[in-house]
Amino acid sequence: MSEIISHSAVAPATPSAPIAQPSAQSALGRIGSYGLWIGLAAILLTAPLVFRSGTALTVMSLMGIMIIFALSYNMLLGQTGMLSFGHAVYFGLGAYFTIHAMNAVIDSKLAIPVVVMPLIGGVAGLVFAMLFGWVSTKRSGTAFSMISLGLAELVGSSSLILRSFFGGEEGVSTNRAKLLRIFDWNFGPQVQVYYLIAGWCLLCIVLMYALTRTPFGRMCNAVRDNAERTQFVGYNPRVVRYIAFSLAGLFAGIAGGLATINFELANAALFGATQSGNVLLATYIGGAGFFFGPILGAVLVTFLQNMLSDVTEVWQLYFGLMFIATVMYAPGGLAGLIMMHRPLWRAGAIAKLLPGYLLMIVPAALVAVGAILLIEMITHLSVKAAEGPVMKMAGITFNAAGVPAWSLCIGTLAAGVLIWRFASGVAARGWDDARAVAREKGLTV
Amino acid sequence: MAELVLISTLNGVLFGLLLFLMASGLTLIFSMMGVLNFAHASFYMLGAFVGYQIARWAGFWPALILAPIVVGLAGAAVERFGLRNVHKNGHVAELLFTFGLAFVIEEVVQIVWGKSPVDFRVPTLLDFPAFTIFSTNYPAYKLFMLAISIAIFVALFAMLTRTRIGLIVQAALTHPHMVAHLGHNVPLIFMSVFGVGAALAGIAGVIAGPALVTQASMAALLGPILFVVVVVGGLGSLQGALAASLLIGLLQTFAVSMNLSLSDIFVNSGFSPNPKSVLGDLWRVTIAQIAPVLPYMLLVLVLIFKPTGLFGNRET
Repeated sequence: MSEIISHSAVAPATPSAPIAQPSAQSALGRIGSYGLWIGLAAILLTAPLVFRSGTALTVMSLMGIMIIFALSYNMLLGQTGMLSFGHAVYFGLGAYFTIHAMNAVIDSKLAIPVVVMPLIGGVAGLVFAMLFGWVSTKRSGTAFSMISLGLAELVGSSSLILRSFFGGEEGVSTNRAKLLRIFDWNFGPQVQVYYLIAGWCLLCIVLMYALTRTPFGRMCNAVRDNAERTQFVGYNPRVVRYIAFSLAGLFAGIAGGLATINFELANAALFGATQSGNVLLATYIGGAGFFFGPILGAVLVTFLQNMLSDVTEVWQLYFGLMFIATVMYAPGGLAGLIMMHRPLWRAGAIAKLLPGYLLMIVPAALVAVGAILLIEMITHLSVKAAEGPVMKMAGITFNAAGVPAWSLCIGTLAAGVLIWRFASGVAARGWDDARAVAREKGLTV
Repeated sequence: MAELVLISTLNGVLFGLLLFLMASGLTLIFSMMGVLNFAHASFYMLGAFVGYQIARWAGFWPALILAPIVVGLAGAAVERFGLRNVHKNGHVAELLFTFGLAFVIEEVVQIVWGKSPVDFRVPTLLDFPAFTIFSTNYPAYKLFMLAISIAIFVALFAMLTRTRIGLIVQAALTHPHMVAHLGHNVPLIFMSVFGVGAALAGIAGVIAGPALVTQASMAALLGPILFVVVVVGGLGSLQGALAASLLIGLLQTFAVSMNLSLSDIFVNSGFSPNPKSVLGDLWRVTIAQIAPVLPYMLLVLVLIFKPTGLFGNRET
């Protein structure tokens, strides 16, 4: 898996990570994988120097949190085959325990820096995952999913009852700058919080990756692929699921702790259904089948959430459609799509794909423009009916109820679909050619 | 007290039957296709909104017939053009597909009908108190809901036990592969069952719409309880779904009407925890306040003592 990551988009700045040749794999691969981690650290370290704006810092902090959260989720979904609809419970409880611990530290003036506070969240996540996991890992498959949903609702509803702990509607707040300073860092400014999150993010990625390399990590895969055979070999699948669930809770709790340090606030939204849905979306769109998939997904989904919500009111609809499209046409997610091309790349046949792919851009763009236009016009006509039919998009003002706009929209869609049929044929031929080349070189596709 | 028990029982049975209208479709779909339709509550919501729209154009009675048909067709289309393509990727992909669908349906409903509740009214024909017990007026519309739910329950039961289609469906509940081997057009059966299941949820939506609040969050509010029903009853068991629906319906309605807390029970014990602590919260919370949590507590309890659910025997 180490070389697998070297192709991921998180490591474009590691020129030292070579595409390992089978002959020199051991030595070069080793350097490559270390180079990869150093490269990842370098990216995390230098990102605030490249993207200096306040918005960028905020978004990058959120990305770091989401990466940990999505990776912890993938310990369940991708590695152990458990589809949870309530992973935000451990994220949220981690956040609440962290914030109460922070307030306690501030009140009693203990000399504890904010840097270690996410550990409290991690422990809380672990303890509650051990508690709830005992019930939910009794079942696997669909029943497990439904139980996770029920437990999420249970905790969500309890937050309205236990007001002294959860703080009711407005939640619990804190001031992260009041904890012990480290040198002259009080973690008040966002850039310092970013580095705090980045450090934890790197540590958690390394730990979770290491976990996939242990015998336990392999047993998780075995339980995912065939629980019955695992049982015959002498392992109890339920115990494996339980341990995986507990550890996923630990990392989710750490992510929650970081979130609460970032926002200086913990409220019920942290463990709501939306948060559970978000992590599922991020993990699946990124690709649950590969370790680096959720990292891609977390970065992409966080970026889109923050950017799209400024551009359009119905960004969640686009999100849902993107998710459905992923489930239907790219079940491996982004990571799956990237890894599909790896043997072709190694065979040097990737150039054969280019004409088809370049051609596909035309219909894809047409369909996308047509669909976006359609959705936005309908939205404008129904949600903003009071403003009249005239709307503005991409700097162009037009009548959303008029014939020209609708004919343009439907024409674009139709043209897109027609060209799609032709272009996909070209792309498929390119794919077949490239695959034939790869096969000749003995690489399986 | 007798008044409370009577009214709560009526309301509880009504809520339970409403849940069963949805849970039955969900169970049928799950038993045959192995898919737990996450978007099932969304079809219920769709039923309420489509019903509202048709009621505005043509009145309530056409809506009662047409809206479930529209929702059923939508359900069949979802199966035909969406779920069927995802089927090859396994059950997780199917569940995720319906999860995404629930997301999209909620967004679309918000775009078309807005985020605030719509004014879906009880038809004037039924807008009167049916009878008065002690001092409570029981609305006729609720009796009508009860009648419709029972009628559909009886019709469903008759169809499943007395007709050839019902026989095939019943066979597919327990031996899905055998049914396919006997040469039945399984894709068509799947599509019809999915459509009928969606239509049942649609009926529930139309009749519940005027009584409850018709808004874009109604699917998200009811969905989790629906899944509790099917897990508690036992995945794939119709009897279980019925028992669990009634159990949860009664449990919630009775709990809502009880204003009792631990501090009331132990009022003479002299024990009084700090009101600012978690214990203080628990001490003073009333049963009515924990009513929303009760179905989930029941879920946990059932899973501890009978992991396959009350009537379930299928490990999934």
